Amino acid sequence: MAVITTSNLTLAYGKEPIIDELNLQIPKGKITVLIGSNGCGKSTLLRSMARLLNPKGGHVLLNGKDVAKRSTKQVAKELAILPQGPIAPEGLTVLQLVKQGRFPYQSWLQQWSREDEEAVMNALDATNLLPFMETPVDSLSGGQRQRAWIAMTLAQGTETILLDEPTTYLDMTHQIEILDLLFELNEKEKRTIVMVLHDLNLACRYAHHIVAIQDKTVYAQGAPEEIMNEQLVEDVFQMASSVIPDPVFGTPMCIPYGKGRVVRHVNTPQYA
Amino acid sequence: MRKYWVLQRKSFSFLIDKKTTVSIIALTLAAIAAMLISIGVGDMYIAPWDVFNALIGTGLDINQLIITEFRLPRVLVAFIAGASLALSGAILQGIIRNPLASPDMIGITGGAGFAAVAFLTMFSDDSNNLLLSINYLPLFAFGGATIVAFLIYALAWKDGVTPIRLILIGIGLMALLQALTTLMMLMGPIYRASQATIWLTGTVYGTSWNEVKALLPWFIGLIPILVLLVRRLNIQGFGDDLTKGAGISVHRERFLLLMVCTALAGSAVAFAGAMGFVGLIGPHIARRISGSSFGGLFPASALIGGIMVVLADLAGRTLFSPLEVPAGVFTAAIGAPYFIYLLFKNQ
Repeated sequence: MAVITTSNLTLAYGKEPIIDELNLQIPKGKITVLIGSNGCGKSTLLRSMARLLNPKGGHVLLNGKDVAKRSTKQVAKELAILPQGPIAPEGLTVLQLVKQGRFPYQSWLQQWSREDEEAVMNALDATNLLPFMETPVDSLSGGQRQRAWIAMTLAQGTETILLDEPTTYLDMTHQIEILDLLFELNEKEKRTIVMVLHDLNLACRYAHHIVAIQDKTVYAQGAPEEIMNEQLVEDVFQMASSVIPDPVFGTPMCIPYGKGRVVRHVNTPQYA
Repeated sequence: MRKYWVLQRKSFSFLIDKKTTVSIIALTLAAIAAMLISIGVGDMYIAPWDVFNALIGTGLDINQLIITEFRLPRVLVAFIAGASLALSGAILQGIIRNPLASPDMIGITGGAGFAAVAFLTMFSDDSNNLLLSINYLPLFAFGGATIVAFLIYALAWKDGVTPIRLILIGIGLMALLQALTTLMMLMGPIYRASQATIWLTGTVYGTSWNEVKALLPWFIGLIPILVLLVRRLNIQGFGDDLTKGAGISVHRERFLLLMVCTALAGSAVAFAGAMGFVGLIGPHIARRISGSSFGGLFPASALIGGIMVVLADLAGRTLFSPLEVPAGVFTAAIGAPYFIYLLFKNQ
């Protein structure tokens, strides 16, 4: 069952389309990762799914209904998006930030209902930020800051969460921390997660479903172990590689053929 | 949650920051004190307690006359103008998401200044008499501010208005308006040029109850709109994508806020002249005192802006007495050291 469906979706900022006649289905309750080379339009696609960009042609359906035609406040209760590299106003505390996630549920007279309080506290708890509630966002570390933004999208209480490169600028430990957090959310609460990631190996580890974007449309989509292979990497990223099962977890692992050093060749049957 | 008061009932619920509330009460008291002192100080000194008595109608007749007829309207206009300018700056910094934004930065004040100087020079005959009543000057100034605001918006429009286009177009217009204003002052009669300079600096000299009556409705009328919009302005600080993601129509909201900002700045400038610096620094000082959430930032900015202009006017009236120096000369002198002090304190 699909949460988000795009039908003949065409997107453009100017005249030249970035995404052309794209058809796609995002499975409900799964983690979907969009991959593709720089500038292939995956972020644009993600933004249009969250009705931040109006299509030049075609439709985006959220739970069967056209997002462009629905009340934007109603959509905000079903879908949250975290754009790339968000910036908080100077001096804003973590609580003040996360609390804004409740906006779609609030009114002038209802600015902090029991449901708001519960959702915000749960979001802070899930992201391990309860001790930092009163800390200004700009004095947090990169990883904590990203968790604060994720907490805000969690507080929005939506079934579907879209994230544009949530691990950018983070070191390896914090990348894993963020991905683990999202993985657990999906496991425990069955939230649908759609994100753009650049690291193919992490994408294969964490995604149930991968969508590879190439030449303005979908090149392939499916479970990582079904669609990831040397041909895909070659066609989508124009890069020669070996794709082997991860020796520890068995998920596909892509080893790029760069120049670099060679100590000894180990088990590289497709090596040219 | 011990830093907050939580109010949760069936029909309403609020989260109130204790520190912000306390600082706003303190600022209110400071504003009242500044006004009482400013009313008392002048050619004839009246002690704050006597000022208070005169205000509630139990003072000496002579005090009563001086205060209600001359000093009170002036102090009120100074306060309201300062508060309006600071609020207008706080709104602009919010929608443009740039700490350097202020009505004097993007040409709104510049539009008012140009219109005012045009009025003074164009409606002046050879013997330096104005052909139109000076009472029309505020109307021109307000009109100038409004026209420029619409112009900025229209020129910045391209499938919606982005903050960066708004500020760049604004700065461009500002430079153009300044050049035109200077040109007009140089070409007009010299007597008008000095009058225009005083106006462009900003002054509340010679203010009467008429000015208070004209200015107050704008201020009182615009406050409820701000109270309603506060919640929505907070989230706009996160950028267009997150604002839209939370379910707000970004462009409609931005236009509305720009109009409120223009009306506040335009009305203030119309009666107190192109008072600089308050719109820029007022919100910055407020942010350090009450935090960056707009629920606290708006009242704090208004109070600080008001205090700044009241004190600047007091300094202008007294420091070089009997010479009157326009209040606008001192707004920076009062605001800047305090701001720098706050920056050092909060390091």
